[in-house]
Amino acid sequence: MKLTLRIWRQDGPRDKGKFVAYPVDDVAEDMSFLEMLDVLNERLTLKGERPVAFDSDCREGICGACGFMVSGVAHGPQKLTTACQLFMRHFKDGETVVVEPFRARALPVLKDLVIDRSALDAIVQAGGFISARTGSAPEANAMLIAKPVADRAMDAAACIGCGACIAACPNASAMLFTAAKVSHLGLLPQGQPERRQRALRMVAKMNELGFGGCSNHGECEAACPKGVSIDFIARLNRDYLGGSLLEKPEPLSNV
Amino acid sequence: MQLNSKVPSGPIEGKWEKHRFDMKLVNPANKRRYKVIIVGTGLAGASAGASLAQLGYEVECFCFQDSARRAHSIAAQGGINAAKNYQNDGDSVYRLFYDTVKGGDFRAREANVYRLAEISASIIDQCVALGVPFAREYSGYLANRSFGGTQVSRTFYARGQTGQQLLLGAYSALSREVALGRAKVNARCEMVDLVVHGGRARGIIVRDLVTGELAAHSADVVVLATGGYSNVFYLSTNAKGCNATAIWRAHRKGALFANPCFTQIHPTCIPVAGEHQSKLTLMSESLRNDGRIWVPKKKGDTRPAAQIPEDERDYYLERKYPAFGNLVPRDVASRNAKEVCDGGRGVGPGGLGVYLDFAEAIGRLGENVIRERYGNLFEMYDRITAEDPYRQPMRIYPAIHYTMGGLWVDYNLMSNLEGLHVLGEANFSDHGANRLGASALMQGLADGYFVLPYTVGDTLARVSPKDRLAPDHPAFTEALDEARERGRRLLGINGKRTVDSFHREVGKLLWDNCGMARSKQSLTEALARIPQIREEFWANVKVPGGASELNQSLEQAGRVADFMELAELLCRDALTREESCGGHFRVEHQTEEGEAQRDDADFSHAAAWEFTGTDTAPILHKEPLEFEYVHPAQRSYK
Repeated sequence: MKLTLRIWRQDGPRDKGKFVAYPVDDVAEDMSFLEMLDVLNERLTLKGERPVAFDSDCREGICGACGFMVSGVAHGPQKLTTACQLFMRHFKDGETVVVEPFRARALPVLKDLVIDRSALDAIVQAGGFISARTGSAPEANAMLIAKPVADRAMDAAACIGCGACIAACPNASAMLFTAAKVSHLGLLPQGQPERRQRALRMVAKMNELGFGGCSNHGECEAACPKGVSIDFIARLNRDYLGGSLLEKPEPLSNV
Repeated sequence: MQLNSKVPSGPIEGKWEKHRFDMKLVNPANKRRYKVIIVGTGLAGASAGASLAQLGYEVECFCFQDSARRAHSIAAQGGINAAKNYQNDGDSVYRLFYDTVKGGDFRAREANVYRLAEISASIIDQCVALGVPFAREYSGYLANRSFGGTQVSRTFYARGQTGQQLLLGAYSALSREVALGRAKVNARCEMVDLVVHGGRARGIIVRDLVTGELAAHSADVVVLATGGYSNVFYLSTNAKGCNATAIWRAHRKGALFANPCFTQIHPTCIPVAGEHQSKLTLMSESLRNDGRIWVPKKKGDTRPAAQIPEDERDYYLERKYPAFGNLVPRDVASRNAKEVCDGGRGVGPGGLGVYLDFAEAIGRLGENVIRERYGNLFEMYDRITAEDPYRQPMRIYPAIHYTMGGLWVDYNLMSNLEGLHVLGEANFSDHGANRLGASALMQGLADGYFVLPYTVGDTLARVSPKDRLAPDHPAFTEALDEARERGRRLLGINGKRTVDSFHREVGKLLWDNCGMARSKQSLTEALARIPQIREEFWANVKVPGGASELNQSLEQAGRVADFMELAELLCRDALTREESCGGHFRVEHQTEEGEAQRDDADFSHAAAWEFTGTDTAPILHKEPLEFEYVHPAQRSYK
């Protein structure tokens, strides 16, 4: 099939950027969207033009490296699917597809479709962990965790950190990303001692980095390729509220 | 050069404990004066980074991905082995050790494997403490599943995303150390060279992938945890970015490369769909627990699977290997798939596929149970192929998946270069000629959480931080100039072929001539052809853009240039190893039944190659392997 791609081209973080149209003629149905971009890039290279920069790595939908807006939808039209797992059989011959980077103040564009997501690492560094020194762990089966609890924690832990939830949110909020980590660890017994401080620290960092607040649009859940539920945001709010009322924010300490 | 494996003396059960006592320690107050560079943030790198920072060392990590959390360990699906014996089914440290040595076809170092088995149980404890949501039984206890090559159930898992959860655990531990200021992580930074001075690793040269800037980083110890080299084949199950540059550059600087021909072909991958294919997708080996592998009995039978009656199907693994059936080790399963496809009984486009059928399991257990166990894998298959595996069997075919070879290391996981430690898939140590399923995650975390934190102290206690080189030392400035010149050269060729076209060409050549079956003839052909491709690359490649910008073509060009040198060493090692063992199958060396035929008299050694120049033959050093406990026998899974 033939497609027209309108792709966002931007030379660097300070460049203004613009859309450029590229016709792609021989798109096969069993190509992934990224493989189609590979084919385009091979042609651009041979023509002496600059290939389109985009992030990807595992191409199995688990590493979270890829992701951009496909005609206005984060990761494209297929539900529960990352851009690398989006296959061209879902597009129609003759279609024009608009490709642009995830946009949020806290996730600046570096080049073309490549964005800087280091803010997500910073949120995790603020508190997205359980402080368990290597070697200090007790016997694993000494602590029982009911299957539904472990399953629920796994549902939250499935987040791949791609940033689609932020790109989809009208407020560019990172609440779903943060809530997923807070819930994953907060559901488990081993995550209890730091549960409220974790919520306080991660939310404070999120605000500091310029992400917006949550106003319950639900776009994040709809865009999430891993189906992380917006219910976890309620859970985060509960831990945050509990933390605000019952504890005061403590700096992270080594002791 | 004399290879000293530094394996401690004494009975195997006590070696590691004795060694931990014999090794030197660094005084707690002195630890912060030592700096450790870790390249790669997968399971091995991230767990080492977190653990060393906790001990008090100054840790600086580098990864080429945009975040440490994206290292390719994240894509491991099935699980992690540990000798917990929670199932009361006869497992033990000794059995895990035995299975791993046997599974590796008697080409691994016994003492290393025993230590791995010994440590395995602590890994599970540590991961649970970090919040890894392993699968649980309704009782609340940890659940297990079984995996290929073993008859006990010792694999721990988190749905089909075990690697992801283990990595996020290690990444979160590392993130905490970053927050405490004890570790630093440099993402989007690629190591382009190792700096060696006076026989010691002194630091690395790094390219900032956003600005293109090259920088020198000096340290007291350099740790490479940069994964394997499967992508030398172009099509593999590795992530697109996985590359061998870090270990290859270290090899060029003097680190020995051991057993490069030990590459693993995974039996259960989705078959190639077309020319545009950029990578292959693995379907977890755990599927073989409930899926039955078959092909039609008749050649060229193109009927849909459902129309082929039961008595016209050949469940060839169950037929040939009644004891292990569909759970034979990976090399055996892969070779048998190739054999039936070569015999004209393959299914799907091009006849390069076999069925993995769940109909019987769905009938026996119900669709819900199968969905619970493999739901995400079934979805992934459906998404890629537009076929529903609940209704029709999956089509699978083997693909390159893992490389057992890597930089040679001693018992301390240190290469022959003083001060250079190598962890995880990047080293050669634990899996011999074939890795068992769910053992890669175990090894990565064992190396990072529980081996390096002890052995690095022994390395550091022998040097003074005062002897660390300044980053403007001539050893660094020379390496910087070389790296700059290499980039300039790649950008200046301005030829007529893309980087990818060369990568595909060399990858195809390797797959055809040095893949599932290798012969003297195929390897000799490849060895003649590779230097020609390499020569054309350096004369005719086209790398657009500049050096001082985010330039993915330039990144790839550097990696492919290194792959093309590694490809030659791989074939040379395969040609030299005149036996079949594990993933290395030489057609000249097989039993009457077509099984791998080892030659223990001549090849019971690790082949460690020394670099002498791009166009000169490498020198082979042999580390003899001694089997005091598990006596080599022909592996039988019948």
